[in-house]
Amino acid sequence: MKLPVYLGLLHRCEHTLAESFRQVADGHGDEPDVYFLCRALADQCEKHERALQPIVERYGEVDKDDEPERLHADGLSSTRSGAVGLLRDLQDLYLLGSLVDITWTMVKQAAQGLRDAELIGVVTRCEAETKTQLEWLSTRMKQAAPQALIVAE
Amino acid sequence: MVDRIADIWGTRTPYAQGEQWPVRVDQVLAKGLTGQDVDRWVQSACVLCSNGCGIDIAVKDGAMVGVRGRAADRVNHGRLGPKGLFASWQGVSNKDRLARPLIRENGELVETDWDTAMGRIVSRSKALLQEKGPLSHGFYTSGQLFLEEYYALGVIGKAGLGTPHMDGNTRLCTATAAAAMKESFGSDGQPGSYTDIDECDAIFLYGHNMAETQTVLWARVLDRISGPDKPLVVCVDPRPTEVARHADVHLPVRPGTNLALMHGLVREVIRNGWIDEEYIASHTLRFEDLADQIEQWTPEAVAAECGVDASAVVEAARIFGTSRRVLSTVLQGFYQSSQATASSCQVNNLHLLRGMIGQPGCGILQMNGQPTAQNTREAGADGDLPGFRNWENPEHIKELAELWDVDELVISHWAPPTHAAQIFRYAEQGSIKFLWISATNPAVSMPQLPRIRGILSKPDLFLVVQDLYMTETTKYADVVLPAAAWGEKTGTFTNVNRTVHLSEQAVEPPGQARSDLQIFLEYSRRMDFRTNSGGPLLDWEGPEDGFNAWRECSRGRPCDYTGLSYERLRGGSGIPWPVNDEHPDGTDRLYGDGTFPTHGEDTEDYGHDLTTGASVGPQAFKAMAPNGRAIFKTAPYQGAHETPDGEYPLRYTTGRTAYHFHTRTKTGRAPQLHDAAPSMWVEMSPGDAESLKLREGDQVRVESRRGHLFAPVRIAGVRTGTVFAPFHYGYWDDHEGEDPEQHPTAANELTLTEWDPVSKQPVFKTAAVRVTKVADATGPAPAPTTTASRPARAGRVPATAGGAAGEVSETIAPAEPQAAAPGKEES
Repeated sequence: MKLPVYLGLLHRCEHTLAESFRQVADGHGDEPDVYFLCRALADQCEKHERALQPIVERYGEVDKDDEPERLHADGLSSTRSGAVGLLRDLQDLYLLGSLVDITWTMVKQAAQGLRDAELIGVVTRCEAETKTQLEWLSTRMKQAAPQALIVAE
Repeated sequence: MVDRIADIWGTRTPYAQGEQWPVRVDQVLAKGLTGQDVDRWVQSACVLCSNGCGIDIAVKDGAMVGVRGRAADRVNHGRLGPKGLFASWQGVSNKDRLARPLIRENGELVETDWDTAMGRIVSRSKALLQEKGPLSHGFYTSGQLFLEEYYALGVIGKAGLGTPHMDGNTRLCTATAAAAMKESFGSDGQPGSYTDIDECDAIFLYGHNMAETQTVLWARVLDRISGPDKPLVVCVDPRPTEVARHADVHLPVRPGTNLALMHGLVREVIRNGWIDEEYIASHTLRFEDLADQIEQWTPEAVAAECGVDASAVVEAARIFGTSRRVLSTVLQGFYQSSQATASSCQVNNLHLLRGMIGQPGCGILQMNGQPTAQNTREAGADGDLPGFRNWENPEHIKELAELWDVDELVISHWAPPTHAAQIFRYAEQGSIKFLWISATNPAVSMPQLPRIRGILSKPDLFLVVQDLYMTETTKYADVVLPAAAWGEKTGTFTNVNRTVHLSEQAVEPPGQARSDLQIFLEYSRRMDFRTNSGGPLLDWEGPEDGFNAWRECSRGRPCDYTGLSYERLRGGSGIPWPVNDEHPDGTDRLYGDGTFPTHGEDTEDYGHDLTTGASVGPQAFKAMAPNGRAIFKTAPYQGAHETPDGEYPLRYTTGRTAYHFHTRTKTGRAPQLHDAAPSMWVEMSPGDAESLKLREGDQVRVESRRGHLFAPVRIAGVRTGTVFAPFHYGYWDDHEGEDPEQHPTAANELTLTEWDPVSKQPVFKTAAVRVTKVADATGPAPAPTTTASRPARAGRVPATAGGAAGEVSETIAPAEPQAAAPGKEES
């Protein structure tokens, strides 16, 4: 069974996303909404990691798979500055969040196949929050993009 | 004669439930004048709070010399409050008024003529449009102008320039009211009416110190309380306000914990079965969303988090759940605190749970802070589109483009219009280079003033400030435009409960001062903004043209003005919208039939996630198919972002006093009001004062991570662990230390830049501070004794009184009250 591979992937990418949210918060402290929300969303990602724990205990998780990673989603190495820098950092978070989102979806498919009510419950709660994270990032970027791309210096 | 400084609310006129509130006509004239000296009385309404009292202006020899309440007006039945009585005319007729435009030359502001001043604005504006485009322009207006002026500004910004960077200081006072109504009901629009005070069995005031912010409305409540069948009163406020003193249940919550309390109240009401299941099934959706968020908030959990008694939470919930008719009012204690929209939506939810909306006595008043804030929201001068149109609905954009005869692409609608704090952020970053501020004073009223001063003084920011007086903000301007005041121009405005009033010009403005409308029209003309057909974008001659244009814009929208005209508004009472063919005499309450503007094509907003502010968007909204049903919206409780710690051990909250409005531009110039509350103070509890060895009047330094202030301390009844500071006091009349950097005293030196994720209203009510003593008292703190700032121990501070100067004539019951329901009162 390869579900542990996906549980490992999910665990890692929630962890990466949490760290990246925290990094963007610290790097963009002059944008109070970004600062406070990214910190809250980092906490949310860590909550998701904890929610996965009992599932991982049952199924195990695989750190390294025989299918090697082709696309590396390592998180943000550092944050950028300025209006376009903010946009790029939020966009990177969006990419990481999308990976989390689709991974939850795959795990949910497996959970349904396994008729695992506990796992379905965990996925349903976390997946909805991940979607809202993506919606917030999109809302915030749409607001910032014209100013950043047209008039910012 | 009654001293209305000592007696803020005036003489009681008790009445019973379901009766008409008796008339009491309040009148004050300049010293030595009697009614016979007055040349003429001119119809208007008061602009010194959001209540919207009908007022007549006394004119003698071309000057305003006093005011009286309009007996026939449904809002106030003749009464006026201290601010309206003393500041509305004395705050305008003053030697300090700006009479000529000013421009900056070699670093100094110097007098000039209109042609030069406007020429400078227009040449900078055109150059920036050429070089950077419309996103280089921002407008920050007010809740003090008239409807016609906001609409002109809205059209200029949205159809002329095409910039999304327009907001008002309404963002600071009333944005959450609008946001909560949009989330719950699909659109802005006050469900309730002041007449609900006449009918209710219980009244809940959530973070609303009505006794000081809307004194005439509170007089109406006091008259019910003194009547034979008094309503039960529940007050949520960390201070012992006059409301709290009359409350059956007072919940002095820790600042920043409102949502925990609201979750607890909703939980109790549901668990006790005090809900209308039929109403919920037929008229609402997403009831099931409430359960997850409220489950943990037992009365005991609320007590622990909010610092109130669990039994008081239970009792408040019982009153809400079992009273036949409940009125709820909400203001800054919720709007300017943490999780503002979510907390205010829970008030809406309580009413939806019981099906108590739009019926007599069963109202919600999501209050406004300012007299014309409703119009800023309606007319598109803030972060909304005119006529409560939805920026995410292409059909609404098309309607506006057709109405204005401009290209749809000009009207920026890729995102919600930019909110105030973000406008200042863009100016800070240098992408907004042209900022036009009208009738507001951000150098005192915005959070984190050291930062705001830095932004306003940026050399690359071209700053236009339009005001009555030199203010803390005009100091940074490149051009200062002298504006005509209330009473010096004609226009309309709309109060909290949708009542539209006409305010007629009574006197000429001083010197060369011009109305804000004239100024905006002149800018539009000089910029040569044109329609697709080549005509001028704004071809109005004066305010009545503006009103008629607005009427068309409002057609078919929830705020429908099509049945109103200047003629219709002359004489008698103000009239609440919608006024149209269906409701020719106006509308007292909305949503009595349980139908809400949540059809996809009508709705003003598709809503947000209340935790993050993420847009729901058209697809998800339509999939939810609310189709006229209200929506239960909520969020998990998170608490304040900045809470006390070892370094900054006290909670800091800001607020208002009954005697002043905003940054005292008008009220500070009325001697009676000035003398009642002349300068800055802070309030602390006896326990906190004792642990710091502070006595009444001692000078303290209050410091947060962002700044500090100096003020004398009033030892008052504020909850232990909390420091309260009034936000009115800036620097314009500070003769000791003119420089805020040297001797800061303003409350907002300490506040933090943070806003609600949905309403974008800044958080003024939670910060962490420390207090140290700097000098012994030289006398008591200059705080009134008649309000929430009364000393904790009586008898040691002289009582606040106005003496002869504070005397006002009150004529009780000179006439029968007008019927309250629209359609019956027109005489």
